[in-house]
Amino acid sequence: MSNLFKIALRNLLRYKRRTVLTASLITIGVVFVLVFVSVTGSFKKMMVAQNTDSMLGQLQIHRKGYVASIDNLPLNLNLKPEAMARLEKLLKAQPEIEAYAPRVKFGAMFSTFVETTNIRLNGIYPEKEAAVVPLLRGRIIEGKKILERGDILIPELLAKGMKVKLGDTVVIVATNKDGSVNGKQFTVAGIVESITGPGGRDGYVHYDDALEVLRTEGTEVSEVAIRLKDFGQLHPFVAKLDTILAKELNKQGKPIFELHSWEKLSPFYNIARIIEVMTFFMKLMLIAIVLVSIMNVMIMAVYERIREIGTIAAIGTPPRRILSMFLLEGLCLGIGGAILGNIIGTVIVVILDMMKITYDFGRQTGLVLHAEVNPVDIVVLSIIVIIISVIASLQPAFKASRMEPIKALKHV
Amino acid sequence: MTLVAAESIHKVYRVGEIDISALKGVSFTIEPAAFVCFVGPSGSGKTTLLNLIGCLDKPSGGKLTVAGVDVATLTRAEGAAFRGEHIGFIFQDFNLIPVLTVYENIEYPLLMVQDIPAKERAVRVLSLLQAVGMMEQKDKYPDQISGGQKQRVAVARALVTNPKLVLADEPTANLDHETAYQVIGLLKKMRNDLKTTFIFSTHDQKIVGEAEIIYTLEDGKLLGRQVKGGDQQ
Repeated sequence: MSNLFKIALRNLLRYKRRTVLTASLITIGVVFVLVFVSVTGSFKKMMVAQNTDSMLGQLQIHRKGYVASIDNLPLNLNLKPEAMARLEKLLKAQPEIEAYAPRVKFGAMFSTFVETTNIRLNGIYPEKEAAVVPLLRGRIIEGKKILERGDILIPELLAKGMKVKLGDTVVIVATNKDGSVNGKQFTVAGIVESITGPGGRDGYVHYDDALEVLRTEGTEVSEVAIRLKDFGQLHPFVAKLDTILAKELNKQGKPIFELHSWEKLSPFYNIARIIEVMTFFMKLMLIAIVLVSIMNVMIMAVYERIREIGTIAAIGTPPRRILSMFLLEGLCLGIGGAILGNIIGTVIVVILDMMKITYDFGRQTGLVLHAEVNPVDIVVLSIIVIIISVIASLQPAFKASRMEPIKALKHV
Repeated sequence: MTLVAAESIHKVYRVGEIDISALKGVSFTIEPAAFVCFVGPSGSGKTTLLNLIGCLDKPSGGKLTVAGVDVATLTRAEGAAFRGEHIGFIFQDFNLIPVLTVYENIEYPLLMVQDIPAKERAVRVLSLLQAVGMMEQKDKYPDQISGGQKQRVAVARALVTNPKLVLADEPTANLDHETAYQVIGLLKKMRNDLKTTFIFSTHDQKIVGEAEIIYTLEDGKLLGRQVKGGDQQ
């Protein structure tokens, strides 16, 4: 095999300019795809992290039917203490879970005594919430980083619109599930940065305060947000937990819980999908470049060496070896292009990362592009290029191996 | 045992709508270690005959056996294997592989056709390089040596697999007379040393004189057989 490689490499070097041109085409294709995948991958990663680590959590459990009515924040579809106890027992038994945080969510009136508006509030356990959505504290642009009882964190837009400052007293008025109205005074303890996406304009109060406003006795939970030890295991874990939760039935024999990963809860998943589709088409373009350029060069190589093929066939070279010889030429071109492309692409991505390019995403401005090359992308791109190189060489190589020596020797 | 036996072989080529008979009932036998020449003008059927003997083509009629094997029965892969094991080729245009050195060109059939181990390859290649007088040029590429030297390399390549038979189609056509005589002399020497059968074709009457058995072809028919120092039939 090493001798076949040696011959293949020498044949490629025979037409240096053509080989360099073809390898350059492949290299440029790989560079483009790698830079695109790295930059969009970094953007996607940032976007997913903003969604999962700032607000949503990586997955959420609700009472069955809650998500269908989630815009109404239905209090009558909260998890009751007994169901919550069963759920906590189940969650504690899952080694994949790093942390979980119960929340009670409700809509309320926000009054500064001068003006009133509406607000979506999350009743949270600050420590548990911080463990599940670690970027939340980073979003508190003013005020205390730790929410205490009697405190309220309000979104930046609301603070600006209502001219509310830290330390101001505000009133929250909410209707509980029985229809009665209750109010409670809070101190503005922090202002939360607005971000794009669901929950980006939510306010936060302590869980116990939330229950007090809602006049709820015992534990009531709208959702349980979960953070995994390994985000890469999200989908297998969702499948596993789904199976476990499906066995939890109410008295009517129907499932109590429903489980959703962040993709089902955030519209930004569609952007992530668009990025994936664009990446797919970029890869298709790369495939086309490799296919056409290698096929072209290999067809030329076979055409130019017909007499040579006739000679080696006449002296007894088995057809499969002639086939291998030409396949290896295409393979070497592909490997060369892939290696060069990956090296140049990686260098470009590193430079882009060092340049600290900033961009805006929705309401967020000045986000820094952290471009990074994923080794998996390098492996995938290399495999694509190498496989396509071999496929592109197949037809010319097959033609060479099937050539009649007598006709090939007569070729002028 | 007869090495090559041809019994009334015919070869018809179809060019468009026309059938062209390149060989018309040719019969002959060639014994091992013979030094045979097929002579005749262009279009007489020399190359066609050599192609048939070399299992590069199949006869349209008659029977041709080489080393006891009916060449018409060989499949494509079997033909390649048979050639690789039993037949060496020397071409008019030398047909050396340009990306391989002299040494590597000679080594090629051992490596790519017969899968001979490295040590044995080296012994065989070096001994042939010595025999054809190309030891000093062993690391040169074909475009760095003369026509005569290229043909010497081609001779070594044809012999390196220890074939029973070496076929040379017009091996001196692209060489000047002095070089042509040297190459024919080399073929003869190799025949004497290795007892390999050599069959070559030429239309150069001076070179013909070097052969021990001469078959004359014309219009696809065998006109006669002449044995040097013997009878003419």
